[in-house]
Amino acid sequence: MIKITKELIDEHGINEKEYSFILESLGREPTITELGIFSAMWSEHCSYKSSKTWLKKLPTSNDKVIQGPGENAGVIDLGDGDAAVFKMESHNHPSYIEPYQGAATGVGGIMRDVFTMGARPVALLNSLRFGDINHSKTKHLLTGVVSGIGGYGNCMGVPTVGGEVEFNACYNDNILVNAMCVGIAKINKIFYSKASGIGNSVVYVGSKTGRDGIHGATMASAEFDDSSDEKRPTVQVGDPFAEKLLLEACLELMKEDIIIAIQDMGAAGLTSSAVEMASKGNVGIDLNLDKLPCREALMTAYEMMLSESQERMLMIIEPEKEKEAKSVFDKWGLDFATIGVLTNTNNIVIKHESEIKADIPLNILESGAPSYNRPYKIVTNPEVDQSYLLKSDKKIIDILKKLISSPNLCSRRWVWEQYDHMVMNDTILRPGGDSAIIRVHGTNKALAVCSDSTPRYCAADPTEGGKQAVAESWRNITSVGAKPIAITDCMNFGNPEKEEIMGQFAGVINGMVEACEILDYPVVSGNVSLYNETNGKGINPTPAIGGVGLLESLDHFSTPNFKRKNDNIIILGDTKGHLCQSVFAYEIFGDSQGLPPKVDLILEKKTGDLVRNLVTKLKIDTVHDISDGGLLIALTEMSISGEIGFQLNIDKSNLNYSFLFGEDQGRYIISIEDKNLNDAIEYIEKSNISYLSIGKTNGKKIKIDRDNEIDIEELRDLYENWFKSYLKSN
Amino acid sequence: MKALVKIMPKKGVLDPQGKAIEKSLNQLGFSQINSVIQGKLIEIEIDSINENDAQKIVEDASKQLLANLVIEDYEITIIKDE
Amino acid sequence: MEISVIVFPGSNCDRDVAVSLKKVFKRNPKMVWHKEQTLPKSDLIVLPGGFSYGDYLRCGSMAANSPIMSEIIKCGENGTFIIGICNGFQILTETNLLPGTLIRNRDLSFICKNLPLKVENSKSRFTHKYSANEIIEIPVAHNEGNYFADQKTIKNIEDKDLVVFRYCNKDGIINDETNPNGSKNNIAGIINEQGNILGMMPHPERATDKVAGLIDGEKFFISVLESIQ
Repeated sequence: MIKITKELIDEHGINEKEYSFILESLGREPTITELGIFSAMWSEHCSYKSSKTWLKKLPTSNDKVIQGPGENAGVIDLGDGDAAVFKMESHNHPSYIEPYQGAATGVGGIMRDVFTMGARPVALLNSLRFGDINHSKTKHLLTGVVSGIGGYGNCMGVPTVGGEVEFNACYNDNILVNAMCVGIAKINKIFYSKASGIGNSVVYVGSKTGRDGIHGATMASAEFDDSSDEKRPTVQVGDPFAEKLLLEACLELMKEDIIIAIQDMGAAGLTSSAVEMASKGNVGIDLNLDKLPCREALMTAYEMMLSESQERMLMIIEPEKEKEAKSVFDKWGLDFATIGVLTNTNNIVIKHESEIKADIPLNILESGAPSYNRPYKIVTNPEVDQSYLLKSDKKIIDILKKLISSPNLCSRRWVWEQYDHMVMNDTILRPGGDSAIIRVHGTNKALAVCSDSTPRYCAADPTEGGKQAVAESWRNITSVGAKPIAITDCMNFGNPEKEEIMGQFAGVINGMVEACEILDYPVVSGNVSLYNETNGKGINPTPAIGGVGLLESLDHFSTPNFKRKNDNIIILGDTKGHLCQSVFAYEIFGDSQGLPPKVDLILEKKTGDLVRNLVTKLKIDTVHDISDGGLLIALTEMSISGEIGFQLNIDKSNLNYSFLFGEDQGRYIISIEDKNLNDAIEYIEKSNISYLSIGKTNGKKIKIDRDNEIDIEELRDLYENWFKSYLKSN
Repeated sequence: MKALVKIMPKKGVLDPQGKAIEKSLNQLGFSQINSVIQGKLIEIEIDSINENDAQKIVEDASKQLLANLVIEDYEITIIKDE
Repeated sequence: MEISVIVFPGSNCDRDVAVSLKKVFKRNPKMVWHKEQTLPKSDLIVLPGGFSYGDYLRCGSMAANSPIMSEIIKCGENGTFIIGICNGFQILTETNLLPGTLIRNRDLSFICKNLPLKVENSKSRFTHKYSANEIIEIPVAHNEGNYFADQKTIKNIEDKDLVVFRYCNKDGIINDETNPNGSKNNIAGIINEQGNILGMMPHPERATDKVAGLIDGEKFFISVLESIQ
């Protein structure tokens, strides 16, 4: 019997008040296994104790949402009996410690969250953030993470189709790896995690259990310090081959009416699955760990309950159906073990080697779960007059060359060519655009998916940044002509025990709430990752937003590449020339003062609805939204991808940095053939959205004015070669 | 009984991993390192029998699966139980 | 006409190739699990892409030892058409139905992109619908696509016109620069001497769909269809 000491309680992240509650509720001291269970279930990662009260404010439903937050993933209705199932999750700390395996197991984990609900994964996306390019660890982390994502996703045969990569010094010692998965299921065959049926069997399937990741959930909640390198043994190692077998076995079994409830084993392993499934179903659960498939000898009950070995699921099945279920898992070569039974005690009871190692009333775990109302202070940058950002004698063309080859604006081709983005043969629009388009197999409709965040905006003004994060996701879905339906989010922040950081969280949530409501774009699933700080220094607030929309018909969608010479280029939305917090300000002046551009949500909606109608009704085929880098960067991207240049024809008064590089929100660029122009203009004018004609597409040059001209090929080299030259250099 | 099977690429076969490792080592300052070849070491536990039988079993396994004889050579070491 | 697509644990392009085959052959192929001891009567056998057995040990090495493979080897020796795509090509070399082997890409990264290929041999039963030296665009997606064989084997393959596809650029130039993975002589696909077995690293089944943007793979499947009929 292990003695419960104060040190042990501290090591498990349980404070005095929480421990007193445990003593009082159990009427005795907890066993070490019980202490481990409380620790895992009450960790930040599993209980959301610092974020719960704020997350509750987020809108979580609309007429297409079937399942909001609270299950393994969110579910939306696609019509015709189809549903999309999706979620995003973080795997930040493990990826810093072991980038390949951390990223790989992040991808594995999020896929399980989707296929546990009966959906075949059809798309993967990831939001990656690394430190400054000159930081000693950045190259190693970048190459490791990208390899790991590719290594796992490619082996699973699920295309990785989108994402983002950002380099910023604030992530030097706290990289972010957020993985998103989207799957498709039949609406009448969605599987949930609510256990039911007293006497039903609790069945374990998948890979054997080892000592991987013990205390991973609590590690995810602890800050790093200089001894973090020693935490290496706690990282899990993924086996994508085993997960592919698990995916096929589960989907095969799901064709029958055998599985009553199912959940994957992720953070806090068997503990969180067993507790959550039983709690949801208001039943008790008895586990006999003698039956647990182990790959290591002499594992203790504690280790078995907390292990985070990958590629495992927990199912509830009627005892009579076990044989049939087992035959499916035998075919695929996976372990299948009945390890417990549902009871009417409403307790979780764990037996091992004829001893009861844990016996906890489930309602204590739930009701005792801490929920903090942490003090917060929302801090925004003071507003500044941006005229100092106009004081430069740099030529516009030179600024364009610098920006298009800068680490945060250049092509990410080096990244996504390492991902199989075409497997499953339904990738209609590949990485590199505003959103990826994935056909719903066997139909003519498709999903638009994207992943976005602008953390520097959130750092300068959390509320406005929160609005913008959701608005940009909504715009990216709209840009391909799809209707945005819902989002998943990954909230990456620093230490919430600091007022200002908690204020960032509160502000971002407030902004998100407003945007989700006005844009009818609710949150159906998500994840929170806090304590992304090292030696007291935290990251920028980073709400990664994973958006999903529906394209009713693949007959009409739009892509950002210029398609024809002599097209008319038009900006929809107002350009005021906001330069504060822009990539221009950062790259050219090294400046990050002032406030981010404001988001007018009502106008965003009107403008976006107009764009969607232009695509679906007027068959406009070329659209790109304006975001990081502003107008000239967006035009250049359209030019490079289409291999067609353009000639700007704008008022001399607009030939300035603020017009060309300002990051005003709510704007799109469209490109229209002469023959369709009048109809399009008529339509736009009826909608009352401001627009500006700025030039025409033409040959192989980009012509801004007589002094500012350049060959597309020269810009393409700058745009495409940054990653290669960065990785070659020492 | 334990068997160790060392599998190395044949001479003349391109070994991109070995080359990359060599380059990295040189870049780290190991200028005296002239050549790196990456192979595989496979450790096998066999039901205790005599050494000759174990050798034959592992030979067959190596020829049939463990090594690709077009591009790899293998070397077997049998370690008797204590 | 009967087509069998073999499914190994870890195959993941089986559905993709079945869809393309259905489009061209106008019939559903049979999906055959690797553990079967007997093969349904087949005019065409397809080994699809993917990561059979996780690509562990060597790509295709464990799949090549699957129970179904001895039947497939017999069929191959008897003249049945066999296509191995990507992982399928790797399995065919592991069973020696095709010479050589596929090793790690020269630059050590996974590559997924559309690539120009030159149809070197447009007389084969798999490529006769292409014109001589036609440049086509087919996607690749692999980490171990570097074709290797000793000098004697390469000479034999070249002398007997067994190279069907070669990596090139859009102008048809074949050299180191246009070689994405280090394959000897830019070899992307070959046939056996009998002319009934083809292995290729690029994925023709990913180029049969106008909506997704590429269609140069269609002529490949049509060639096979007509050869069988």
